[in-house]
Amino acid sequence: MKRREFIQLSGLGIGGMLIPVMGNSIPIPLSLEERLDITQKKKLADVALNTARSMGATYTDVRIGRYLNQFLTTRENKVQNIVNTESFGVGIRVIVNNTWGFASTNIVTEDGIKKSAEKAVAIAKANSKFQSEPVKLAPVKAYGEVVWKTPIEKNPFAVPVSEKVDLLLRANAAALENGANFISSNLFQVNEQKYFASTDGSYIDQDVHRIWPTFTVTTTDKTTGMFKTRQALSAPMGMGYEYMIPKAEDKVQGPEGIILYRNSYDIIEDAMAAARQTKEMLRAKSIEPGKYDLVLEPNHLGLTIHESVGHPLELDRVLGYEANYAGTSFATMEKWKSGHFNYGSNIVNIFADKIQPGSLGAVGYDDEGVKCKQWDLIKDGVLVNYQAIRDQAHILNQNESHGCCYAQSWSDVQFQRMPNVSLSPGKDPYSINEMIRDVEKGIYIAGRGSYSIDQQRYNFQFGGTVFYEIKNGAIAGMVNDVAYQSNTQEFWNSCVKICDEKDYRLFGSFFDGKGQPSQVSAVSHGSSTARFNGINVINTGRTL
Amino acid sequence: MAILTKDEAQALLKKVLSYSKADECEVNLNGSNNGNIRYARNAVSTSGGVSQTNLVVSSAFGKKLGVATINELDDASLEKVVRRSEELAQLAPENPEFVSFLGPQKYAESVTFVPATAAITPKLRADAVAQSLQVAKEGKLVAAGYLEDNNGFAAMMNSKGLFAYNTSTNVNFSVTMRTTDGKGSGYATRGYNDITKLDTKAVTKIAAEKGLKSAAAQAIEPGKYTVILEPAAAAVLIENIFFGLDARQADEGRSFLSKPGGKTSLGEKLVDERVTMYSDPLNPELPTSPWAGDGRPQEKVTWIDKGVVKNLTYSRYWAAKKGVKAIPSPDGVIMEGGTKSLDELIKSTKKGILVTRLWYIRNVDPQTLLLTGLTRDGTFYIENGVIKYPIKNFRFNESPVIMLNNLEELGRPERTVSVETNTNYLLPPMKIRDFNFTSLSDAV
Repeated sequence: MKRREFIQLSGLGIGGMLIPVMGNSIPIPLSLEERLDITQKKKLADVALNTARSMGATYTDVRIGRYLNQFLTTRENKVQNIVNTESFGVGIRVIVNNTWGFASTNIVTEDGIKKSAEKAVAIAKANSKFQSEPVKLAPVKAYGEVVWKTPIEKNPFAVPVSEKVDLLLRANAAALENGANFISSNLFQVNEQKYFASTDGSYIDQDVHRIWPTFTVTTTDKTTGMFKTRQALSAPMGMGYEYMIPKAEDKVQGPEGIILYRNSYDIIEDAMAAARQTKEMLRAKSIEPGKYDLVLEPNHLGLTIHESVGHPLELDRVLGYEANYAGTSFATMEKWKSGHFNYGSNIVNIFADKIQPGSLGAVGYDDEGVKCKQWDLIKDGVLVNYQAIRDQAHILNQNESHGCCYAQSWSDVQFQRMPNVSLSPGKDPYSINEMIRDVEKGIYIAGRGSYSIDQQRYNFQFGGTVFYEIKNGAIAGMVNDVAYQSNTQEFWNSCVKICDEKDYRLFGSFFDGKGQPSQVSAVSHGSSTARFNGINVINTGRTL
Repeated sequence: MAILTKDEAQALLKKVLSYSKADECEVNLNGSNNGNIRYARNAVSTSGGVSQTNLVVSSAFGKKLGVATINELDDASLEKVVRRSEELAQLAPENPEFVSFLGPQKYAESVTFVPATAAITPKLRADAVAQSLQVAKEGKLVAAGYLEDNNGFAAMMNSKGLFAYNTSTNVNFSVTMRTTDGKGSGYATRGYNDITKLDTKAVTKIAAEKGLKSAAAQAIEPGKYTVILEPAAAAVLIENIFFGLDARQADEGRSFLSKPGGKTSLGEKLVDERVTMYSDPLNPELPTSPWAGDGRPQEKVTWIDKGVVKNLTYSRYWAAKKGVKAIPSPDGVIMEGGTKSLDELIKSTKKGILVTRLWYIRNVDPQTLLLTGLTRDGTFYIENGVIKYPIKNFRFNESPVIMLNNLEELGRPERTVSVETNTNYLLPPMKIRDFNFTSLSDAV
């Protein structure tokens, strides 16, 4: 839902008016210094907890957050923008009269926090007049004073801007040298420094990193007026700058020389490939519409998982809280309660987690102090659970939050957000080459493309980055104008084969939007290449 | 503190510029008070207010540019943000496309600010929602909605003597009314600069009527149909034309406006001759800022005149390179229409489909501006001039350019809101032949 914001960001021009990011810009060296040490944070957090408690709050949590971003934008041989931002403040959430209240402030002093805690209590009291369902929190363990950090090897904010810009410009040059007419490239780096404390007895200090290199290559044919684009086959990751340093063991060989990436990325190699592939696209044939067996690569399938499994199993959505915006869900409580709703075929096992190393969702604890874990959503094809936070667990008759509560900043209230949602790899050894060999009439799709799904998550349509036709067990060349349309339950029930764990890797969504006012979050989806039989493929080619 | 007067903003910006040591410096200042209230399952779920101020400093040394932002406005912070933008500029490589900042400009008197909207209180918001909830209660329906209002100012000044200031207000309201069995769903949305024009009860009644009438929808085969798009449905398609008006993209051969041989559609007929689209910051129904974020004046511009592409948007760099006027992107677009009401368009339809809302619009092919998405919250079959029955939702694959070549008739324009981008437009309901529905959806 945040597509517009992303377009705005990637197309950054000169001047500050287009920068859709919050926070204060800061010089690079400053960003590495701690604003407050852990003792100061605990002292300030206790001010919030004690103030709210003394005013009648039965529960309080406080998040002292420092959010750092650096975005680099280039096109061809030019650096278009270098933006550094910092945002620092405190969000305080309370329960008074069985009702939530929330307030935030960027005045991070004892006095500022006290006033903000008072405001949160006043809001809860005012809102309690409208309250129809009292808040019930699932219990959570008191963790005491704990620390968690994304296990990065190289802090992106410590790498000189010149080195990062140089890498992007070298990738741009590689694309142009290989025949592309245009390339725009970006590097997004995010660091969330979050200190959480609650009246349930936890003081949690976390340092979270995310990174996303990406580009769009365009090749034009002036004679025909045709143009083709190809996005990067990178994934946004919960990693440090080590993701930008290519390692041979992270490269996965796909069909037709396609190189796919696991835990490190070779942006120069991918830019060269993109240029070659856009030229090939200009000559490729248009797909004949009809039913095909689809072989979907993880950096493509991740988005299909996101839209057709991740979103419909958000409990707030199922209950109707998103009805006016994102919509509701076909995966109703009745279907879940029946215990035999076949979401997919019996080889489909889909799990949620906030712990996979390198994933965008990985943290030690969520934004309401619940230790993160992994749980099953679909087991042997059957719907078995949803995504729920502390005040929702009781609706499922469960006594534990799933630990997937998140706020995009200190100034926004935390709510239920999608954790990583991933397809388990196949249990038997099975490679991508074997999968293609077994397909008679099919299409291999790599990378993300256009995506659209209805408000209850039944009917969807997906495109991709590159498409290859499969005929009688072999790749028969590149094809254009491919999109597939299906129904979520039919689609997952047509899943007949999944490659083994050697092919497993992560796709990521960096700017996933939800709520009104909208908040973004970042989430990964793991899978191995999977085969779906008899899916309806349409031809999207038109002439004006 | 968020809203500064013109004099206050001018004084503050002068102070910021006084700290500058760069060759050129430009400062943008924005502030807003935003209020919102959200409800679902017939009860208020969240409500809040956000006051924000943001100062953006762009410093240039030669062709090296640095941008820094801050939201604290004390003297020390102001000096700090100027120094930071200068440090970033020194770190940046030269950008050969950097264009020196604009000198003083003349702007039209803005009409975007309405005092009544700026004076909205939490009580007014709560009362507006209470009226909407009352409709749900009376109709035994389930309501979910969102009301958001904004009161803001924007100002800018640079070292070459440019100064601009504007205040604006707006309010957007949307509501979904579902039947308790989940078989019917209706939606309505309105956007205004003036809160007194908003009647949440009346808007909710429209959504309620659609919700009730859309229950027990019948499935009909996908295919090409004559459709009547209500303005809210047309907005999410047509706005993709406005987003793609960039001349550089077209000149570079990578836009739906690019043509073989390196040419573009500028000056050529693109759509039906009854289509005329323009932007006008002073239009009383859809007022927008008289200046763009880089200080360029926003003037009345005709983009498509009787089907012919008359103007494209240009960055200042590209306009200088091409030797043409640098027209900025519009903030709101107006499409001319006819005099007929929606009911009259329905009455003149032998067989067709009334589409009240479209959803999840995505670009499938930038070459042809092919879009996909779905109908939602009330889709109806029309026969012999009357609505016969509700039908199940469809997915479509259609280009707004092709669609506007298949134009049958335009109705009376009205102000509407895009559910994809929150942008407001003045658009007519439109009757289109051969609109391409490609599959059915079970969603309600």
